[in-house]
Amino acid sequence: MMDANRINPRKSVKAPVKAPTGILGFDEITGGGLPRARTTLLVGGPGSGKTIFSLQFLVHGARHGKEPGIFVAFEEASERIESNAESFGWNMRQLRRDGKLYFLDAQPMADLVQSGTFDLSGMLAALGAQVAQMKAKRIVFDALDVVLALLPDEASKRREVYRLHEWLLAHGLTGLITAKSGGDEASSVGEQTFGFMQFMVDCAVMLCHGVVLGVSQRNLRVQKYRGTAFDENESPFLIGPTGLEVATAPTLGIEHAKVSNERISSGVARLDTMLGGGFYRGSAILVTGFPGTAKTTLSGAFAEAACLRGEQTLFVSFDSDVNEVVRDLGSVGIHLGPHVKSGVLRMASARTITGSAETYLVRIKSLAKTHKARCLVIDPVSTWSKSGSDQAAHSVAERLIGWTKANGITMLCTSLLDEIASQTEGGSSLQISTLADAWIHLSYVVQAGERNRGLSIIKSRGTAHSNQVRELILSDTGVTLTDTYTAGGEVLMGTLRWEKESAERVAHEVTEVATKLKRVRLDAEEAELEVRVKSLMVELEAKQVEKALLARTTEIQKRELSKGRTRMGELRGADVVPPK
Amino acid sequence: MKRSAYRFRLYVAGDAQNSTRALANLGAFCRTHIPGRCEIEVVDVFREPKRALADRVFMTPTLIKLYPRPVRRIVGTLSQPENLMEAIGLEVVLA
Repeated sequence: MMDANRINPRKSVKAPVKAPTGILGFDEITGGGLPRARTTLLVGGPGSGKTIFSLQFLVHGARHGKEPGIFVAFEEASERIESNAESFGWNMRQLRRDGKLYFLDAQPMADLVQSGTFDLSGMLAALGAQVAQMKAKRIVFDALDVVLALLPDEASKRREVYRLHEWLLAHGLTGLITAKSGGDEASSVGEQTFGFMQFMVDCAVMLCHGVVLGVSQRNLRVQKYRGTAFDENESPFLIGPTGLEVATAPTLGIEHAKVSNERISSGVARLDTMLGGGFYRGSAILVTGFPGTAKTTLSGAFAEAACLRGEQTLFVSFDSDVNEVVRDLGSVGIHLGPHVKSGVLRMASARTITGSAETYLVRIKSLAKTHKARCLVIDPVSTWSKSGSDQAAHSVAERLIGWTKANGITMLCTSLLDEIASQTEGGSSLQISTLADAWIHLSYVVQAGERNRGLSIIKSRGTAHSNQVRELILSDTGVTLTDTYTAGGEVLMGTLRWEKESAERVAHEVTEVATKLKRVRLDAEEAELEVRVKSLMVELEAKQVEKALLARTTEIQKRELSKGRTRMGELRGADVVPPK
Repeated sequence: MKRSAYRFRLYVAGDAQNSTRALANLGAFCRTHIPGRCEIEVVDVFREPKRALADRVFMTPTLIKLYPRPVRRIVGTLSQPENLMEAIGLEVVLA
């Protein structure tokens, strides 16, 4: 009798060569999905998401690709699988009723007695009939390790894996085989079998579910993909409300950001001026700073300004209780309470340890969606690196920025700098500074036994902005920015600035008085001189009069004298010509 | 008609080695331990795949003991008569 396992492969596979899985991010990494009409091995520890991955692959094919699929369950009853996946909204029951999905319960029965060797040809023959009937294009063998564990030796395990592989190829099915790794299960499967399977299949994907510092962390890695380029890095993924979602570095141009020229206030008038009119609507703003540099205060000011404009705002506070934030901000004149009450402001706090960065991304997105947020504050975003790896946190931050931009949401996130790690400004642990449109840095300036807050704009895309460091002053009426004094190349703040200011004031007054005094004195001197000039004039006049009088007197005397001599001569009868 | 004391259904995969061996082992077992009291139905999964699906037979060969109750399944070539005897509820006859 002819062996049904040996049917010739169907005529050459038509393009496209990849079968999309519908898993966000995964199809990007692999450039289109799983290899069509080939076999993929999906390996992961218990609870790493293998079943969900497989189901999503089948559901996507059944719904969007007109590719009916079969799910062979070796470990769990199909009803359980189906009800577990209910929450993803895939409506598998309907797909099953429409003949687009078929579930096969193939768990070894509990009371099964083994006697001698056996093989999988019975199952494959049965499945062959089912494939032909529903024209299935995709098939999943979930938890193949469970069946392999029943086989007595390595050789027979290999033989069955090989049989399965051949069968998949012969039927032109896009196959997905899942198997457990890690823990005690791995030893039962046998490293050798795994190695063999990985060698045989065209594509191998590893799922890893670990706990990093008490936080659940999921990673996916494509280990092998024959004949195609793929992203070889480990990518974080999460199980969100619609299934698996793999975090990928956003490729520019995929999510088109809505570019706006509208400016919105930062909540601090002077800062708006420094920014040349405020933040751009829809931009991502990063505020970095050491603990206590008023990052939350700036966030609060931004949120309050948004609420006063009547814009729906979401304020996510990590590590701090929402009520504490409202109270603390109240002490610096930022009153968020009324906005919370009116519903404009939604505040949410999250404890860092309760989830991975991915989980937060999903939560924040859905919160922002339901609240229809136009402005979003995340304070601080740096806690994400605590909840898992920096890389994961970075990728999440990237995706969040991509998402807010695509939705025209203005986001302000703060990032805590580790005081010891980064004395230099700018070393944001998440390196999201490169993604942010505006970056405001808050620092301490320690001078004369004081710690004062300094604010500077490190960058602001598309705006002219001040390059000066300003002093940030918190008071019960709000946040203000003051000019700092630069003296001898040093920036003066706080008391030193005040001292400098008052010293200058005094100096100014002194000069003013001195000037006045001098003017008065000069006036006096001038007046005195004028007086002197007048009296001299008078004196001069007197002298002239005197001189004229003298001249006249002399003339008269002369005349009288000559008149007298003539008269005497006449009287004496003197000669007319005096003798020589 | 007299009902057989034992009724079996054996799923085989064509003439695969494991299957023919199981069939031979089962025949020998019946002849030795329960001669003339058993009824064996052989189902080829290649010819009747739907029956295999319905009976949830995925490994071949699979022997289903239908009677007497309870229904039991034995997977493999049936090369060890002892666990076959145990599975079908026969006292293990010590030699």
